[in-house]
Amino acid sequence: MSMIFGVPLAVLSGQLLIGVINGAFYALLSLGLAVIFGLLKIINFAHGAMYMLGAMATVILFDVLGVNYWVALFLAPLLVGVVGVIIEYFLLRRIAGQDHIYSLLLTFGIALLMQGVLTNIYGVSGMRYSMPDLFQGGMNLGFMFLPYYRAWVIVIALVVCFGTWFMIEKTKLGAYLRAGTEDAQLMQGFGINVPLLVSLTYGFGVMLAAFAGVLAAPIYSVTPVMGSHILITVFAVVVIGGMGSIGGAIITGILMGVIEGLTKTFYPPASSAVIFLVMVVVLMFRPAGLFGKEA
Amino acid sequence: MTMMKKLLTTAVASAMMASGAQAAISNDTVKIGYLADMSGTYRDLAGPNGLKAMEMAIADFGGKVNGAKIEVVSADDRNSADVASSTVRRWVENEDVDLVAGLVASSVSIAVSDILEENDKLGIISGSAASSITNEHCTPNHIHYVYDTYPLANGTASAVVKEGGKTWYILTADYAFGHALEGDVSRVVKENGGEVIGTLRHPFPTPDFSSFILQAQASGADVVALANAGADTTNAINTASEFGVTQSGQTLAALLLFLTDVNALGVEAAQGIQLTTGWYWDMNDETRAWSDRFMEETGVRPTMVHAGVYSSTMQYLKAVEATGSDDAQTVRKQMMDTPINDMFATNGKIREDGRMVHDMYLAEVKTPDESENEWDLYKILRTIPADEAYRPLSESKCPLVTSK
Repeated sequence: MSMIFGVPLAVLSGQLLIGVINGAFYALLSLGLAVIFGLLKIINFAHGAMYMLGAMATVILFDVLGVNYWVALFLAPLLVGVVGVIIEYFLLRRIAGQDHIYSLLLTFGIALLMQGVLTNIYGVSGMRYSMPDLFQGGMNLGFMFLPYYRAWVIVIALVVCFGTWFMIEKTKLGAYLRAGTEDAQLMQGFGINVPLLVSLTYGFGVMLAAFAGVLAAPIYSVTPVMGSHILITVFAVVVIGGMGSIGGAIITGILMGVIEGLTKTFYPPASSAVIFLVMVVVLMFRPAGLFGKEA
Repeated sequence: MTMMKKLLTTAVASAMMASGAQAAISNDTVKIGYLADMSGTYRDLAGPNGLKAMEMAIADFGGKVNGAKIEVVSADDRNSADVASSTVRRWVENEDVDLVAGLVASSVSIAVSDILEENDKLGIISGSAASSITNEHCTPNHIHYVYDTYPLANGTASAVVKEGGKTWYILTADYAFGHALEGDVSRVVKENGGEVIGTLRHPFPTPDFSSFILQAQASGADVVALANAGADTTNAINTASEFGVTQSGQTLAALLLFLTDVNALGVEAAQGIQLTTGWYWDMNDETRAWSDRFMEETGVRPTMVHAGVYSSTMQYLKAVEATGSDDAQTVRKQMMDTPINDMFATNGKIREDGRMVHDMYLAEVKTPDESENEWDLYKILRTIPADEAYRPLSESKCPLVTSK
């Protein structure tokens, strides 16, 4: 068997594929963060909590109402999106235009609150959620066993990522959004309800996080603390990609998934730190991130 | 006047006698600090319910010892040795805490026991696993109560090797506990004629195990062993079942699995997994009776850590009562001299290295057909007698033993 740095090629190909799958998660989460920061200038530290809410909602909807995976895929993000809109309307709106640090602290507080309350109710051992029957099992690719569900995650995550990018960068609605955040007064003058647009944008960004949460529910332990682990990584991804760059978030997300996967193969203990190392190096040479515009 | 004088003298004398009798209990209060992970990965296996178990013990003891008050303070160590150290330093140096109990993450326990030794206070460790706590890290100021990695390896690893799992690949949590478990397991595997063909140290905590499971699969080892705990273990087991590890002919061995983990996984995913435990709620009438009371208080069945916190608190209070003292060395000696017979252990004994040795159990997770309710999870396959389970003193590196 051919080897690369002491690792069989087959194992390496498997790791690359796994890296892309995890990268798809990062992309989906970073995308929501980038949308919220790019358009609203809010550093949303509650993003991990929203991801967790998406996963928790999926499990609770199933346990309490018997809602299946496919319905949860729409319903859970929608519910969490509503929570997002409420947070924007009652809390974030009051600090609009202030220094970024206020939105960071406020959303961080919201995240801790949600995490604390849910931990008290549900504990941290994790809640069970069975994989939908359609995705039971997997296929043997020769170099690895690929569970069907992971294949589905990669496809659906990329579709949603591309759809979001297309909507914001290429459609009229996206143009309104971008204009509304550039010059709210002018857009108000054109008769566009900018505050509503802002609420909906925040809600939409949060929905993306919750959507990733639904995708995560069948494969990871669903616990109130699951968001806190992933949040810092996702922030690093967004910083590397360039704060607010939509395309940058998607491409960097996948790239970082792969880099992390390779580290897990060659030197596992460093795998939780490698993304931050990349962040340091990138910021040294490109302070605005890989795809960010210099201010 | 003479009458008055007599009365006064008697009063003063009896007051002095009373205070003399209690002088050995400092401040007339036995103060216990409960330190554990209250919000993170290890919350459910110890956490707030461990505090509840301790309060149950104090209430059952009668709320007072030799007329002195029993006070409890608690804190979240956030699984951080730094946070734990500063909390315990404050407790013992400024707040007169006599005993620190709970103690889950091994890194926390090792850091805390050093501070306890400096200040000559007592610690009873119920949640930690690292066997090094009473080996190279032993002090005259702490007791390790419930279990450690030595019997975990002895129980599960030797059982799995004897069933034909000759080659092993170990996924290890990259900190003190994981390293200790990996070391103990490797030794047992070799002693039983098996071979460890690979180990992989993963960061703690790790939410995604797919990459590591893939490497374990590619190793072709008979056994994929998990030397981790809590959410890391449940995530790894879930991922292993997703990637068809057992279907492809490999055996999955979870070396440390708590009742709360198995409950979270469910019997569907966890069925057939063998594990070693220090205690199980459904072993006999006494354990069931206590567990029923615990469940009434908390809504869940107790883990071995919860039961251990109850039992050790009770033993501690009995020792304080017997000696009339809350001095660490006096109480520890009394605890060492008294065999432990309660709902937690039969003929348990605290050795000079601080290890409480008692019978351990090899268990297997029931199948969905066998399990009658949410908490009906284990079949006890075998009792591992105390002498066989724990590291013999003859192999100890603990200075308290070797300097003798």
